[in-house]
Amino acid sequence: MAAGTAIDPMNVEAPEELAGQEFARVVEIHRPQIFRFLLASTRDLDLAETLTQECFLKAHRNWTRFRGESTAMTWLMRIAINLEKDHWRNRRMQFWRQTRNNAVDVDEASEWLPSGERTAEQQLLAREQVAKVWKAVAGLSERQRTVFLLRFVEERELGEIAAATGLSEGTVKAHLSRALGKVRGELGGKS
Amino acid sequence: MKNDFIGEAGDRELHQALANFRLSVHAWSEAAYSRPRMAAAAVRRKSWRPAVGWALGCVLAAGSVAGGLYDRHHRREMAQIAAIQAARQRQLAAARRAREQDANFMAKVDQDVSQEVPSAMEPLAQLMDGDTNQ
Repeated sequence: MAAGTAIDPMNVEAPEELAGQEFARVVEIHRPQIFRFLLASTRDLDLAETLTQECFLKAHRNWTRFRGESTAMTWLMRIAINLEKDHWRNRRMQFWRQTRNNAVDVDEASEWLPSGERTAEQQLLAREQVAKVWKAVAGLSERQRTVFLLRFVEERELGEIAAATGLSEGTVKAHLSRALGKVRGELGGKS
Repeated sequence: MKNDFIGEAGDRELHQALANFRLSVHAWSEAAYSRPRMAAAAVRRKSWRPAVGWALGCVLAAGSVAGGLYDRHHRREMAQIAAIQAARQRQLAAARRAREQDANFMAKVDQDVSQEVPSAMEPLAQLMDGDTNQ
């Protein structure tokens, strides 16, 4: 049963149907977030979509076994992180195969910025900053990148990041510290 | 940020850069998430295109090989038929020659026999010749 989901006691629908409805709601709420995390991790639209689909397929298969020890989001994020890890591992193992790499480059990824109330100069400055952060993120290790994105893009708590990655909070802090040091270095400040 | 973290506070530029980065990723993700799902179809098309190309190539190759084999087989068959017909023609000619030879031989035998054996009416014919002279 998913954590934080209330079930109407007067509802007489079959348990399978209820579980299905509950899962559909979880998909509706969390799918954009999982997709965003995978897109930021891979910078590849097609791969992010594929992994998001796989993530929810896996979650659907195991939904009845979800006991709610963590939030549904943390559980889904853990599945997504493992799928991404498997993907890169398989790619490394199959290095002799010609695999497609549709990842957009750092400059292209930096083009996305909401215009808001900014002046053209501010927009340009923001774009430069975003490009530098992307460059730093591209140089991070897989684990550092995951922790960094969960913290600074998904705005997750340290405890949630630890639960999603299977690391201790201390290790998460250490990875974050190193990742931030690299971002600072890229921005031209002290690292 | 929801909780304080080492290195986050007191660094205005870093904060600004991280906020811009988050906004950028969110904007990109929203645009990508709400786009029409053409990419999947394009990928699928890309994936079956080489397969169709290979299949057509295989069909063409198989067709040309089969055509060549059929042509060779056809020519061989025609040569066999021509050889059989020639042999038959030779046989017919030989048979005709043999028949002609037999006919000539029989005619010669008939002629020889008719010269050696007198006609059965010859004596009566001679008698009639004598009466006529008298």
